[in-house]
Amino acid sequence: MKTLLALLLITLSFAPVLAQQYKAENGYVRFFSEAALEDIAAENKKGSSIFDVSNGNIVFSIPITSFEFEKSLMREHFNEKYMESEKYPKAVFKGNITDFEDREGTQNLQAHGNMTIHGVTRQINTKGKIMKEGDQLRLTSTFIVRLEDYEVKIPKLLWQNIAEEVEVTLDFQYKPLAQ
Amino acid sequence: MKWILLTLAYCAAIQGMAQDDLMALLDDEPAKKENVYATFKGTRIILGHSVKMRKKKELELLISHRFGRINSGAHELWGLDVANIRIGLEYGVMDNLNIGVGRSSFDKSFDGFIKYKLLQQSTGPGSFPFSVVFFNSWAVRTTPQQEDDPSYDFQDRLSSASQLLIGKKISPALSLQLMPVFVHKNRVSRIDENSQFALGAGGRMKLTKSLALNLEYYYRVDAPERTEFNNSLSVGLDIETGGHVFQLHFTNSTMTLERAFVTETFGDFFEGDIHFGFNISRTFQLGGKKDETSW
Repeated sequence: MKTLLALLLITLSFAPVLAQQYKAENGYVRFFSEAALEDIAAENKKGSSIFDVSNGNIVFSIPITSFEFEKSLMREHFNEKYMESEKYPKAVFKGNITDFEDREGTQNLQAHGNMTIHGVTRQINTKGKIMKEGDQLRLTSTFIVRLEDYEVKIPKLLWQNIAEEVEVTLDFQYKPLAQ
Repeated sequence: MKWILLTLAYCAAIQGMAQDDLMALLDDEPAKKENVYATFKGTRIILGHSVKMRKKKELELLISHRFGRINSGAHELWGLDVANIRIGLEYGVMDNLNIGVGRSSFDKSFDGFIKYKLLQQSTGPGSFPFSVVFFNSWAVRTTPQQEDDPSYDFQDRLSSASQLLIGKKISPALSLQLMPVFVHKNRVSRIDENSQFALGAGGRMKLTKSLALNLEYYYRVDAPERTEFNNSLSVGLDIETGGHVFQLHFTNSTMTLERAFVTETFGDFFEGDIHFGFNISRTFQLGGKKDETSW
């Protein structure tokens, strides 16, 4: 009984020191869509995320206006006409990664949760990878987003060159969050 | 009993954070200053320039076309028989510095301009509430030709317009602009003045994502007393599709040149001296470099 108590107290005193949460800043997000006239690709290096390894909870926040395009006019249209980023400045994900083990090496994992883009929230399941090296984590994932699901409307007027689906790639580097 | 409590405390300590708490932690970061974009769809509100700039390495081909007066009657097909056109090229040297050239058919003027963004409207900490652009254009009219009127020498053909464009995007749908302008013409008729000052006001109201209603008015503050000209009033519709902007409008001005529409608008809008016209703008991206520009 006494030893158990002592053990508890010891772990208790260490608990705040153990890194529970990992944070990623300047996370990389890319999207790509193939269309008849023109492939469209954009990159964003301003994504942020926090991952709680103790329970697998994970959140992402991506500022929409930080997507950079090959053509600057595309960026304006993307923000003004498609994403309405003055109204909906961020895309966010709140979810959970199941079966994450806090160990070195690479793990293939599943995440499920709620993704909000363009003010519309959808439940999604997606696959990804987490690599742990020392106290750093690296998360990568690729998934498909259908514009229709998030009510991103494409104005039907003369020439249009936007695909209905885009492929999104994430690459985030995490460090322990300072308590 | 005691150890149950302790176990509970232990569990609470190592229990992870809920998703919403994590989100709150993420959103805790201080807001950043962000530039306001897409105040106007085109580089022109209707006739005059807007605070919209071409980005670096963007080249715009702008065709401004105006028919004759609608009240000119059926014989003239309500103005459609007459065409006044300005063909222009504009280029983004930098995000905040544009240059352009153009040629107008009406009095066969050649013009050039520089447009420089002094201040950019932004949001967040340290932001500025509106955009300010300095604009200056110079024009040479080649009508009348030397052999037709030998009294015209080169100096007589020159004119310039200096303008401040002060624009504000009030909401995603509504943008307003004020534009004081100073026009100087080297040679004028006996009842006109060489230097004139005018105050322009304009705005756009978005109707849908691709359609906007525009309005533009130039009030001549010190119009010559015996003037034969009127203030310029225009109303228009912007239609945007990808790299194109189509602007349809009704105006009492014939030309797209600042000198001409500010100080030499013949028609009286309310007498029906209205021209139907359109601007077609096509933007090309020269050089495939990533836009590293901030907003």
